Amino acid sequence: MTDELDMLKAALRGGLPPAQDAARLAALSAALDNFDQLQENEPAPRSSQVHPRKAGWLTGAKAMMTRLSSARILAATTSAAALAVALVAVAPALRQDAPLSPPLPSLPRSEPVAAQTPDPAPAPMAAQAPAAAPAKPAEALSDMAMEEPMAAEEPMVLMEQAPAFAEPMARRAALPQTEAAAPEMADTESFANAPANPVRLVQEDPVSTFSVDVDTAAYSLIRRFLQAGEWPDPAAVRIEEMVNYFPYAYPQPTGSDPFRADVTVFPTPWNDGTRLVRIGLQGRLPEVADRPPLNLVFLVDTSGSMDAPDKLPLLKQALRLVLPQLRAGDQVALVAYAGSAGVVLEPTAASETAAISAALDRLAAGGGTAGAEGLTLAYQQAALMAAPGEVSRVLLATDGDFNLGISDPAELETFIARQREGGTYLSVLGFGRGNLDDATMQALAQAGNGMASYIDTAQEARKVLVDQLSGALFPLADDVKLQVEWNPAKVAEYRLIGYETRALAREDFNNDRVDAGEIGAGHQVTALYEITPQGSAARLTDPLRYGAAPEGQVPADASDELGFLKLRWKAPGQADSQLIATPILDGTAAPDAEARFAAAIAGFGQLLTGGQYLNGWGWDQAIALAEGARGDDPFGYRVEAVNLMRLAASLPR
Amino acid sequence: MDTDDETLALAAAGGDRAAFAALVNRHYDRIYGLGWRLTGSAADAQDLAQEICAALPAKLRGWRAEAKFTTWLYRVVVNAAADMRRRGATRARAADGWGDWEISRQEMIAEERERLAWLEGAMARLSPELRETVALVLGEEMTQAEAAQVLGLSEGTVAWRMSEVKKRLRRIAEGEAAE
Repeated sequence: MTDELDMLKAALRGGLPPAQDAARLAALSAALDNFDQLQENEPAPRSSQVHPRKAGWLTGAKAMMTRLSSARILAATTSAAALAVALVAVAPALRQDAPLSPPLPSLPRSEPVAAQTPDPAPAPMAAQAPAAAPAKPAEALSDMAMEEPMAAEEPMVLMEQAPAFAEPMARRAALPQTEAAAPEMADTESFANAPANPVRLVQEDPVSTFSVDVDTAAYSLIRRFLQAGEWPDPAAVRIEEMVNYFPYAYPQPTGSDPFRADVTVFPTPWNDGTRLVRIGLQGRLPEVADRPPLNLVFLVDTSGSMDAPDKLPLLKQALRLVLPQLRAGDQVALVAYAGSAGVVLEPTAASETAAISAALDRLAAGGGTAGAEGLTLAYQQAALMAAPGEVSRVLLATDGDFNLGISDPAELETFIARQREGGTYLSVLGFGRGNLDDATMQALAQAGNGMASYIDTAQEARKVLVDQLSGALFPLADDVKLQVEWNPAKVAEYRLIGYETRALAREDFNNDRVDAGEIGAGHQVTALYEITPQGSAARLTDPLRYGAAPEGQVPADASDELGFLKLRWKAPGQADSQLIATPILDGTAAPDAEARFAAAIAGFGQLLTGGQYLNGWGWDQAIALAEGARGDDPFGYRVEAVNLMRLAASLPR
Repeated sequence: MDTDDETLALAAAGGDRAAFAALVNRHYDRIYGLGWRLTGSAADAQDLAQEICAALPAKLRGWRAEAKFTTWLYRVVVNAAADMRRRGATRARAADGWGDWEISRQEMIAEERERLAWLEGAMARLSPELRETVALVLGEEMTQAEAAQVLGLSEGTVAWRMSEVKKRLRRIAEGEAAE
């Protein structure tokens, strides 16, 4: 009776359930991501000439996407999404045919597809990223078709805006920021790491426009780098997020305004000939007693990679910290995705702490499957809890797995934005380092009108979730935009420090359909300009011999103004914006600790990114300035910053 | 498509992305299939396959073409599944796999699931070592020599294990007949 073995064999061979396409895609994409990462870590890039074949078309499209620094494009690098989008971009026709199982990478290049692709710029991405999206098919196609010129089929704008992309796809080192990404062309598109804002001439370009940014993720990320003894990637340094990480003692708004702008002008620490203009916005602190009931959905990544002490366990700890801050009317739901997917806790009153705590215990990281539908489930739970007058928010906690069930990043953002319009906001909490995709976090939180925060320690969890719970969770004002018009009679040059990724076009300021950042209850936003007064020896450009024709008459009573600050904001859920305007007057008073500390942090950020405008001002000066401006600092955030600066100063360049 | 695995793997180890993509694409089903035979759960097999795919770039660096690529890959899968089992042993999650048999058999009334139930029962009663051997020899239709190479054992050990499997299956059959 040898039949047992035969039976076993038949069962083993016959019973195999087919692998799901999504899982297969996720696996292949993870493989390629890691492959790329490994290649990048290679001291000297190896030549692909080892193999006689040129890189396949998928290679081109994928490598392209990993290199682009646009937040919206980077959103595409998340595992399966990358494959899906690359395919959509290259061959839109495939999308209808086989949305779930696009053809997989294979060696033979599929030239026919290229030849039949009539529309190289599929609508969803193109609308949001005019410079970058069309470049994808272009590069992929030219790559695929070897040297065959494809330019005739590409939109003109592509060739003009992205010259760097037109060069053949070799294994290039990190893509240098092209001029296409510079703020001259700035539209509502945001770049996760645009080049530093240059000095601008008031004569030529008197108006500076940007969106507020309440994210603080960059600071925590930099801290993590420094504490690991590594110099942070300059691309990860967003100075405005560093400055905004710290609480400042700004005056509270008066009357019915949701926030108040406080402007201070003081001498620049690193340049005697220039001045710093500090614009500080203070959001109204919530009336804690009668805040509206809160509906929170925690959407938790449970992929295998979350199984590290600084990830899922820290997240659980963080969530436990939030619970005591919630009140009887509040509700909590818990949804897992990417590992063991599904609703872990149905909407539950916040007072049932035992049930919530037990649900947290049930969260376990494991596997790495595409736990699709996580996001939809989370919003469903939010909808179950929603009631008029209540605030709903999804808190997405992840270490970089954005495989949320919608694989097209443009679609994902649209989905989140639609939910935002429906009143449910989204914030992103990042954990761990390694595969954390900070640009995607940014993009999603921006679309969801939320904050992107990076949590690396229990202390940080407390800061983000408890101290700032009110701010992160209660929106005060949507689409907050700032515009400063400088007075050419007083100011020769100006430079906005940071906010590179938040630049807006001048005309977008008055366009209520252009999205911008949100300010929550108690939030603070700080922006710093370095300005060069007329006649200052520190001026970097020569004055024009013939001057320029003035556009309009300077109002007689405005002759003392350095500039004019305008602020637009919308009440949450409203379509029309309101305007706040205030002149910027030169100040003579010595700067307070708040202003000095902000300046020190701006200096810190610039030192991390090369410090081209610092005139030799260095770590010692930055440390001394910060140390002398520690102020109240009840939680020790500022002390920690000083220590970080000391650490950075000691690291080899 | 004619390029053999070994050439592709060498090119991939040398940094050729297209070769790597082709290689992973070609072998995903193999990885998943063996994963399923080892774990008994499609979900676990998919997790396992993703884990392996993600780790392949680094692992390939150590590939020196000393063995057939598939032999090497099978070894990677077997080791990864063993790791997964060990990790799972500390969690209740392990109950999702073959070990779930006793519970699920109660629910398995439908005629067409009978064979699968028998498979699960049989696999559940084998030790992990025997299960690995069976998955390779019967599931992947390897010779005992090939399986021995994958498992890093002598051919004799594999032969002994297969006869052991046979004995146990017979015992199960007798037990069922006696019921």
